[in-house]
Amino acid sequence: MSIRITIDGNEIITQDGATLVDVAAENGIYIPTLCHLKGKPCLGTCRICSVRVNGNVMAACTVPVSDGLEVEVDEPEVSDMRKALVEFLFVEGNHNCPSCEKSGRCDLQALGCELGMMVSRFPYRFPVRIRDHAAKRIWLERDRCIFCQRCVQFIRDRETSRKIFSIKDRGTHASIEIDIELADKMPPEQIREAAELCPVGCIIEKGVGYNDPIGRRKYEIKSIRERALERKRK
Amino acid sequence: MSRKLVIDPVTRIEGHGKVTVHLDDDNRVVDAKLHVVEFRGFEKFIQGHPYWETPVLLQRICGICFVSHHLSGAKALDDMVGVGYSTGMEILPTANKVRRLGHYAQQLQSHVTAYFYLTVPEMLFGMDAPPEQRNVLGLVEANPELIKTVVALRKWGQEVIKTVFGKRMHGISSVPGGVNKNISIAERNRLLKGGDGLLSMDEVIEYAQEGLKLFYDFHDKHREEVDGFAKVPALNMSLVDDDGNVDYYHGKMRILDKNKEIVAELNYHDYIDHFSEATEEWSYMKFPFLKSLGREAGSVRVGPLARVNVTKTYGDSTPLAKAALERFHDYTHGKANDMTLHTNWARAIEILHSAELIKELLLDPDLQGEQLVLTLEDNAWTGEGVGVVEAPRGTLLHHYRANQDGEITFANLVVATTQNNTVMNRTVRSVAEDYLGGRAEITEGMMNAIEVGIRAYDPCLSCATHAMGQMPLVISIYDANGTLVDECVR
Repeated sequence: MSIRITIDGNEIITQDGATLVDVAAENGIYIPTLCHLKGKPCLGTCRICSVRVNGNVMAACTVPVSDGLEVEVDEPEVSDMRKALVEFLFVEGNHNCPSCEKSGRCDLQALGCELGMMVSRFPYRFPVRIRDHAAKRIWLERDRCIFCQRCVQFIRDRETSRKIFSIKDRGTHASIEIDIELADKMPPEQIREAAELCPVGCIIEKGVGYNDPIGRRKYEIKSIRERALERKRK
Repeated sequence: MSRKLVIDPVTRIEGHGKVTVHLDDDNRVVDAKLHVVEFRGFEKFIQGHPYWETPVLLQRICGICFVSHHLSGAKALDDMVGVGYSTGMEILPTANKVRRLGHYAQQLQSHVTAYFYLTVPEMLFGMDAPPEQRNVLGLVEANPELIKTVVALRKWGQEVIKTVFGKRMHGISSVPGGVNKNISIAERNRLLKGGDGLLSMDEVIEYAQEGLKLFYDFHDKHREEVDGFAKVPALNMSLVDDDGNVDYYHGKMRILDKNKEIVAELNYHDYIDHFSEATEEWSYMKFPFLKSLGREAGSVRVGPLARVNVTKTYGDSTPLAKAALERFHDYTHGKANDMTLHTNWARAIEILHSAELIKELLLDPDLQGEQLVLTLEDNAWTGEGVGVVEAPRGTLLHHYRANQDGEITFANLVVATTQNNTVMNRTVRSVAEDYLGGRAEITEGMMNAIEVGIRAYDPCLSCATHAMGQMPLVISIYDANGTLVDECVR
């Protein structure tokens, strides 16, 4: 059923129940996302896509649109909130872009650039996180995990559908875990899929890195904004 | 009354260090030391990182010779994955030549920086010139055309680096077993032909010759001062090929004495059997030496002066540099040259040599090859690697070990400035005795003479202590009671 909503005052006709973040993109309005994957169930973990919906701040990837919805994206307070959320992710982990093999292909880094983050206004926590390299082909660089849960939900053992990755503990004690037995059964293409799916450089294929020359890396060719809008318009 | 002079920080060098000179009651030099007072710890904090990150992370130790660190690390990783020289293998020709191209470009731009920005001010204005004049801004005022040339030369070197590594600084090219890109015809042509504010290859060679002429003119006018300044004996070390000629990217370590007799020649993978490092409480920088000769006799000089002393000749593909080298060798009649300020002569020769080597490489179609990485099966893994290159400042060594999981468990860096530590201290002592000893009044120009001696080595103290921090240096003069009498601080 066709409905009318407004985004930043622009009237948009769309289908009832479509996801707000997709509707915005289809109409050329970029809402930054991080955990969201087009065509996959909503995770709603990162909140980077926060916008104001009828006056309330909500994650746009979790909002099914309905008639009369009034959405504010390009509004100073909520824009700053989104930027602050990205800053939080940087200070809550130990992100070292200059030597990270995901640099240039990292969603978090690309968002930091997109949102104009020059430095975090919040103090760095420098958490102590222990790397996990027990799997034969996967290196878990926990310093970089942002707990988006993409890997937890979408990378599963192909025979049993059991989860290969999981989150252990809560809050500041949370850590990403890997089931070694299942991980060692992963075929090479699934390992690459997991590494690509990870929005940061937490899941790494052992011994592989820096294959894309500087200048030809994913977000150097096309920005995260351009990719989001292009993908949705298709 | 005895005195202690302090220069803190020593200026126009890379890194933070200071000099202290102790004078007795008759103003004779009792002691003179170069202290390196920063500490960084890269060897420690790389531990635990995945091995393939190492050349990318460790190159951040330096903003000047990052390419050398990247390539030393890359060669160590080649060994580690079983495709390096330690296993009798060699990466593919395209990868080898792309790495060399980046390496020579860095040598060119680094030497241009050291020679023109840091050394030429004294050549033009003299050691006694006021500090506000003897710097790059003084050069801009005195000779703007020269500075335009220098900026253009550096820019060209940086553009070659960017072409190879993707960025002018801290880019990435090498991966274990090769490189991640080749050089396209368009990139090659741009560097050869120039345009749009970029010099052409032939202009680079022409300007390199002019840089060398600058030294010749200076030398002609100040021969006694240049030749007599800090004649410091030392062994000379360089990587050489099978013919005994310098190879900046790979070779065996050859060490010559003052008569150019071979004192030692070794496969760098065995360095740990031949070299040891002494420490002193007054400096974070260690003092490497050949075990067989002991600390004093076994300390070596590395860098431009050592290399031109060690190499027999340059190849026929670099005729201009070859001729310049012959003139250099003739000056000391076949003996090793131990005149500290001739390091600047050697550096100017190497600028020209680098330029000619780059031209030769740019004309090589192997740069456009598609086979970039040599890959072996997992069982080729050795878990240990040593990489050595001739960095602009001298022989640079990276040594890593990793466990089966790929985690770095050990890293050792022996950098050129560290190798030069003993020789630099000898230089400080020599200059202090010649310029400060016996003088009741110490002038700023006398103090600067010590800095000139240090600058000849173009030391990079940040690399040498593997440390974090900024980069100044200090000269202090104390009396016999330990009271600070004079100090020069940037």
